[in-house]
Amino acid sequence: MAERDPNAPHGKDEEQAFRLQLVALIPHLRAFARTLAGDPASADDLAQDAMMKAWDARASFQMGTNMKAWTFMILRNQFYSEKRRAWRQTQLDQEAAERTLVAVDDPEAPVALDELRLSLAKLPSEQREALVLVGAGGFAYEEAAEICGCAVGTVKSRVSRARRALQAILEQGAYDRDGGSAADAMRSILADAERLATGR
Amino acid sequence: MIEQSLPRRRADAALDEARLRQQAIGIKLRQMFDEVVNEPVPDEFLDILRRADLKKSDKA
Repeated sequence: MAERDPNAPHGKDEEQAFRLQLVALIPHLRAFARTLAGDPASADDLAQDAMMKAWDARASFQMGTNMKAWTFMILRNQFYSEKRRAWRQTQLDQEAAERTLVAVDDPEAPVALDELRLSLAKLPSEQREALVLVGAGGFAYEEAAEICGCAVGTVKSRVSRARRALQAILEQGAYDRDGGSAADAMRSILADAERLATGR
Repeated sequence: MIEQSLPRRRADAALDEARLRQQAIGIKLRQMFDEVVNEPVPDEFLDILRRADLKKSDKA
């Protein structure tokens, strides 16, 4: 682990504030990790590693700046550096992503959500992460660009390509589903979204 | 008149439909993410942080 600087600028109160904020971010780190890693267990491993990396690096964090974006960037870097190390698994990424996104042990889970998970897993990873950050994580394009280490325009085009691709996949049912056609995927998502929106 | 406005109305309707679909996808995407956010955090996470804290006070 990284050696801590004894002259770290964080006082006891600041460290406590940092800790509280970090703990509050754990659910979000888990959710982001779940969209990146191979299965729910390795997603939690990834989220824990990211949490500890953030904790160890707390002296370098500027209190008052966006801690959520900062921790997401740490998590993403952690994920891709581990992936580079596990070079032999590279070709399994796609399968792994599908497994994770589909790995919901709740038989009552709405069908529409499964459809979305399957379709999302079909997207190239850079499109998927951009869409997740902006479309689900609540980040501005600028923040997502910082997290992904790319230009704002790149994030914008990835998000828009991801949206179009996702819609096309859902409409064509162009993903695998055990023995079934997915022609109704878009319809069930529309119906489900409407139900959610009207609170019925 | 009718020949002109009908295609336009159709185009508008198609745009509305596309917008509706994107909105629906957006809603479901957030739901998928929030589902995990709303899960209880496994004790492991807080245990690890606590252990890190203990290690630090041991050293001090």
